[in-house]
Amino acid sequence: MFNPFSLEGKTILVTGASSGIGRGICIDCSKMGAKVHLMARNEERLNETLAQMEGEGHVIHKADLCSTDDINALVDELPVMDGVVLCAGIIKTMPVKNISEEAMTEIFNANIMGDIKICSRLLKKKKLNHGGSVVFISSVSTFNVKVGNSLYSATKGAVNSFAKAMALEVSKQEMRVNCIQPGFVPSSILSSGAIEEDAFLKFYAERHPLGFGTPSDIANGCIYLLSDAARWVTGSIFTIDGGYTLQ
Amino acid sequence: MTLEEFVSLFAEQFDDTPAEVFTPETKYSTLDEWGSLVALSVISMVDEEMDKSVSGSELKKCSTIEELYNLIEAK
Repeated sequence: MFNPFSLEGKTILVTGASSGIGRGICIDCSKMGAKVHLMARNEERLNETLAQMEGEGHVIHKADLCSTDDINALVDELPVMDGVVLCAGIIKTMPVKNISEEAMTEIFNANIMGDIKICSRLLKKKKLNHGGSVVFISSVSTFNVKVGNSLYSATKGAVNSFAKAMALEVSKQEMRVNCIQPGFVPSSILSSGAIEEDAFLKFYAERHPLGFGTPSDIANGCIYLLSDAARWVTGSIFTIDGGYTLQ
Repeated sequence: MTLEEFVSLFAEQFDDTPAEVFTPETKYSTLDEWGSLVALSVISMVDEEMDKSVSGSELKKCSTIEELYNLIEAK
């Protein structure tokens, strides 16, 4: 059967693999035939992801994106990758006037600096295959902003800009770099306690014409970008948001 | 943290409401300036200054500043 979206024979690294969108991406990529290297901090939850995956040859890596040592050790033990999905991230909700250096450091480390370190190390160690594909999970919050969410928006804006610049730099090796900006996909990233959940969910439910997304809605976009079907796609920023940012 | 200190920090989260308005008995949700941004400021102030977390629904549940103080102190 003609299937340009197959990931058969491809080895993919996914960060943030222990929950939410990252978990969905691991599961769906495995169903498309990829061998997946799963990275996150929590080994138990990584194993829960692994249990839902299909096929053989998947590998778990317990590592903290905020630790340069962890990242270097991870990349050094990886085989050559055909694809990378950078999907780890945290939210810090606070008004601008209350931003602490600690919060700022934590969210920039988790949402952008770790991603940059992984990409840099992968290229330096020649661990990204010719024709490889990198997918950043960014957010519609890069342009659709909310009160109290400035740090998150700033990190995701940095992700978009970094991805474009990297896309240009690696194009000679036919590597591709793209971003997906998801709308609201309910996941554990929100259980930070600061958000009043019912009111929050109601607010967002009313604003998503196609309803809330699922991790698979985002994973399908990743599969396209990781596959050879997207051979000519690079430096693009895809909004996958159920129509959230239409109005 | 004493109740008095808490009231003063609570008042600092407001930009337009004068500090004199705030007492332990102040029903904060009736203040004109009260809203999601000030609520977020209070949540992050509690996190920063008291190293405790308070949720949006807890802020909604309490009426006076003293009630909120007691709830946080009991954590």
